[in-house]
Amino acid sequence: MSKMTLKTEGDRHVVVTRRFAAAPEAVYRAHTEPALIQKWLLGPDGWTMPVCVNEARPGGRIRYEWVNGEGAGFYVTGEYIELVPFSRLVHVERMHMPDATPDNHVETNFVPDGTGTLMTMRMTLPDAATRTAMLSTGMEHGMEASYVRLETTLK
Amino acid sequence: MSNLDATFSALADPTRRAILARLALGEATVMELAEPFDMTQPAISRHLKVLEGAGLITRRVEGTKRPCRLAPAAVNEIDQWLGMLRKALSANYDRLDDVLAAMKAEK
Repeated sequence: MSKMTLKTEGDRHVVVTRRFAAAPEAVYRAHTEPALIQKWLLGPDGWTMPVCVNEARPGGRIRYEWVNGEGAGFYVTGEYIELVPFSRLVHVERMHMPDATPDNHVETNFVPDGTGTLMTMRMTLPDAATRTAMLSTGMEHGMEASYVRLETTLK
Repeated sequence: MSNLDATFSALADPTRRAILARLALGEATVMELAEPFDMTQPAISRHLKVLEGAGLITRRVEGTKRPCRLAPAAVNEIDQWLGMLRKALSANYDRLDDVLAAMKAEK
């Protein structure tokens, strides 16, 4: 069905869009209620999120911890800046692997689209160097995940 | 595989990742690279040697200077990572579709 788009914009932004067949209220709740977040915000196959803190209010804390069941893990911490129920979330986050990456400023908007929702997530990094650093840090993580998959395939 | 190991250890250092970010904007000399990092030229040269060994940058000779540029391999690595991010996010949102469908069914 609805396809996701991901593009870089200028030298500091990454913009992701995605359509969902549910009202903005449901999509917003799935982004702010821990029991729901733990069901889908997991990344590559085999990863789970045993710890999920999401205090959906300005200044509220965010903490997501992921593990892959094979000893690998990392976590993200963040804080909410602005929340407009069912339409907009603004927060900052950083990845700990275990060193913290520079802050990633994330704006997520949920706009009604027919009977569904169009979500736009715009990430802003402090500078071009940070974006490349984020990309290369994530690259190692992504490569690790694909090695794990490769091992499984080869077994 | 040995080249992948070299790539990983080359990318494990934040200064080297920042050097790659600078080179993503275009060719630069050691002097130009040393300035924003507040590092000596020999220190930058050591990082460049690691990046060159990993095949992430190439250097050419221009008189006494040896300007560096991003190797196509480095660009591919970044593209590959963007592809993986796309895949991981797509998998997340496909799962979210299921979560949303279940929420609707509960009503």
